[in-house]
Amino acid sequence: MIQLIELTVNGERHDLAIEPRRTLVDVLRHDLGLTGTHVGCEHGICGACTVLVDGAPARACLLFAAQVEGAEIRTVESLAEPDGTLNDLQRCFSEHHGLQCGFCTPGMLMLAEGYLAEEPEATKEEIREVVASNLCRCTGYQTIVEAIDDCASRRRAAFQDQLDRSTA
Amino acid sequence: MAEPPQRSPHLRRDGAWVGASVPRREDPRLLAGRGRFVDDIVLPGMLHAQFVRSTEAHAEILSVDLSEVRAVPGVVAAYSAADLNLRGVTALLDRPPHEFVPTAMPVLAHDRARYVGEPVAIVVARDPYAVEDGVEAAIVEYAPLQPVVSDTAALAEGAPLVHAEAPRNTLVDVSLFATEGIDAIFDEAHTVVEVHTKTGRQNALPLETRGVVADWDDRDEQLRVQTCSQVPHQVRTVLARCVGLDEKQVRVIVPDMGGGFGQKCVVGREEIAAAAAALRLRRPVKWIEDRRDALTAAFLAREQRYAVRAAFSAEGEILALDADVVCDMGAYSCYPFTAGIEPLMASAEMPGVYKIPAYRVRGRAVTTNKAPTAPYRGVSRPQYVMVVERVFEKAARALGLDAVELRRRNVITVFPYKGVNDITYDPGSYLESLDLCEQTLRDEGWFSRRSDENRVIGIGFSCFSERTGYGSGAFAQRRMEVVPGFDISEIRMDLNGTVSVTTGTLSHGQSHETTMAQIVADRLGIPYDRVKIVQGDTDRITYGWGSFASRSITIGGSAVAAASVKLGDQLREIAAHLLEADVDSAELDGAGGVRVGDRSLSFAEIADVAYLKAHLLPKGVGPGLSATASFDVGGDGTFSNATHGVVVELDPGTGGIEILRYVCVEDCGVAIHPQVVEGQARGGIAQGIAGALFEQVTYDDAGQPLAPSFMEYKVPTAAEIPDVRIEHLETPCAFTESGAKGAGEGGTIGAPAAVLNAVNDALRHTGVELDDTPVPREAIFRALEKA
Repeated sequence: MIQLIELTVNGERHDLAIEPRRTLVDVLRHDLGLTGTHVGCEHGICGACTVLVDGAPARACLLFAAQVEGAEIRTVESLAEPDGTLNDLQRCFSEHHGLQCGFCTPGMLMLAEGYLAEEPEATKEEIREVVASNLCRCTGYQTIVEAIDDCASRRRAAFQDQLDRSTA
Repeated sequence: MAEPPQRSPHLRRDGAWVGASVPRREDPRLLAGRGRFVDDIVLPGMLHAQFVRSTEAHAEILSVDLSEVRAVPGVVAAYSAADLNLRGVTALLDRPPHEFVPTAMPVLAHDRARYVGEPVAIVVARDPYAVEDGVEAAIVEYAPLQPVVSDTAALAEGAPLVHAEAPRNTLVDVSLFATEGIDAIFDEAHTVVEVHTKTGRQNALPLETRGVVADWDDRDEQLRVQTCSQVPHQVRTVLARCVGLDEKQVRVIVPDMGGGFGQKCVVGREEIAAAAAALRLRRPVKWIEDRRDALTAAFLAREQRYAVRAAFSAEGEILALDADVVCDMGAYSCYPFTAGIEPLMASAEMPGVYKIPAYRVRGRAVTTNKAPTAPYRGVSRPQYVMVVERVFEKAARALGLDAVELRRRNVITVFPYKGVNDITYDPGSYLESLDLCEQTLRDEGWFSRRSDENRVIGIGFSCFSERTGYGSGAFAQRRMEVVPGFDISEIRMDLNGTVSVTTGTLSHGQSHETTMAQIVADRLGIPYDRVKIVQGDTDRITYGWGSFASRSITIGGSAVAAASVKLGDQLREIAAHLLEADVDSAELDGAGGVRVGDRSLSFAEIADVAYLKAHLLPKGVGPGLSATASFDVGGDGTFSNATHGVVVELDPGTGGIEILRYVCVEDCGVAIHPQVVEGQARGGIAQGIAGALFEQVTYDDAGQPLAPSFMEYKVPTAAEIPDVRIEHLETPCAFTESGAKGAGEGGTIGAPAAVLNAVNDALRHTGVELDDTPVPREAIFRALEKA
């Protein structure tokens, strides 16, 4: 059986004819060619496939593409500028050596992006708890937590700076 | 172009780049989701493969019926062992039959299934969903045999044989050293302590599972195999042999790789079967291992049993060590290392950092009906270091001495040191790391917190070294049929004065695209972003040994340095001629050129002559700018060392273990990129903690795996892995080109010992000692309940 669905990914609309059993991560990777999202376990534990669905982190291996019709999907490919310039979160990961092999990294980035958007005041301990949603086999997690915490601090400082200037 | 960085002052180095934590060259693509991993590769007409796998741990295979499989919509082909008729894989040691029994690992099982998950047939279909449907339709008839599911069952009298040719299920049995008079030493010793330990079976668990994309290329007349392997040339050799092609007809390419940790440093049968299917079908075939298969049917490691005695004098001098090691290697010997990998490592290296005058060891590899094993980060060293460090803790208790003081009296302090195991240790900082680690925990106040009577807190240490950069000589002592060791590098400068450098090593998270570029940058005096590291392609790189055993920077890094120096000499010779000066007066200017007195030529100007105006070259100098160099480590290799200190708190209510503090004082010689070294240490420590406290591959009595998903196989997360304070010491290696020693495995090696010692220290008032890993929480709960 083939089903027609409409999917919005990184602001771009796609019309797809797929089997209803096709998972979101397979559609992203193999139908849309967005291979930045990785597959690590296909049972929702490792989080390598984490993407944003309407802003919230979700396991793309546990969702059928047909379930998220009409939602806004964001993948790691949306973070950097079109010219390749990395965003602040990505730069923090690099500065803190928050990645080694890079396989879990897209999932960690999207997890952090979604979480910080919701909880910009997150403490380092809260960030650690959230990072515990995903697995990394290379880093021992410390530098991932530090990278996200640093990014959160910088965003808060920038926001405060903006406020100060607008009230000055 | 990158600017030379500011250097931290305590590190010795000879240029601007080595020793600086510069931005990683790998990061931008990996962060942007623009890396290229095996599963990201799509070829026109590509098919997808999966395997029909044995559901029995031990059985005769009576029949394999794939007719229903071939009828499933989307399935293109299905092959059993009889259909493909491939040569099996046999890894050899050059040892007599009573020490080593060779066994073949068939690419697909035919007459006998030896573990649950063993591949029996390969199914190829148009998409990954259809192939799963196809696998379901296979009918395999088994006549079950009694499975052998533990080392003790394997060695029992009258046990069923996993391989008919291996009596007592023993693949390796070596007795080594046996210092004369050792029995008398034990008889007369003031104190003798014993340690009996069993360590759990573990999965190296790269987050990217194994996988391959294979296709026959008519234009190149080559079978092109893109696979995530730490050892591409070994894959080429074995694959060519199995399918009957010349080596030149096989090209192995390694794209970005999502971790390996040893699991990918052996040749897997699935990649051979998938390539054979592609060859037969003349269409691209992709196989991506799913997590269930990765947890049950991939190469495993670490299941070992130790019975160890140690003799001490009244003053706390260790006098003798007597060890019996049995490693449960599962169903097959891995290529190229064989089932000897774990027992031979443990046997050769166990005396470690201590001055032990007498030593005797028996090391055995037994075969069982479990998934086979491969080297895993640290290889046996996490286990025997744990055992030896338990020896010291127990001896300290028996002698009424402080355990750190006892170590202090016994660690090697004068180098080079020739050990009782016939290994010469190059200089390290064994005592210094021990002192600094203890002092750090003392300064942070942990020793006073330990005596808080309302809390159950313990402190544990491990002091160890690891041989890194095994050269050909050191590997030859193992008596492998193929002897890894050297590395070859080719460097080429282009018209712009930038260089590309090949390495036979294979980075998959270790950052060699950055660190090797730093080494080259210093040798030539150019920024590191003008150096391109080329790796992981058997057509572009001379035969190499890949990355394992912390060999890449020691050996591969030395080869790139040596090639750079040769190229530098070539540049000087040409420049001297062009400037009409003596070659001895020409020197690299550290700014991308050659200087003679106050005149200089840029590399681009020299390259312009070498390629575009070759008539201006000096007599006898050919056109072009390139050089090749090789490097091997002579003698016994170089030893990195470290001391780990751990503080744990036990929860009497649950038996839970929380790590409150982790300090690592490490010495890997000159750190090329300190941030990368720290990353290797932290990641290694996390894997060591995983083995000590969390992860275990278990089977029921029928040999059925009990941990086929992440729900049962507990990989620790950020909630369980603590932050690690790292302190660096630096004892430069005298014979690697940059003074570096290996840094990839030490974290994993030191962690189980330190964690287990800390747990036992916290239990000191209970009279209970725990020596097995992963540490059972129930035993802690019961010990604390009684106390």
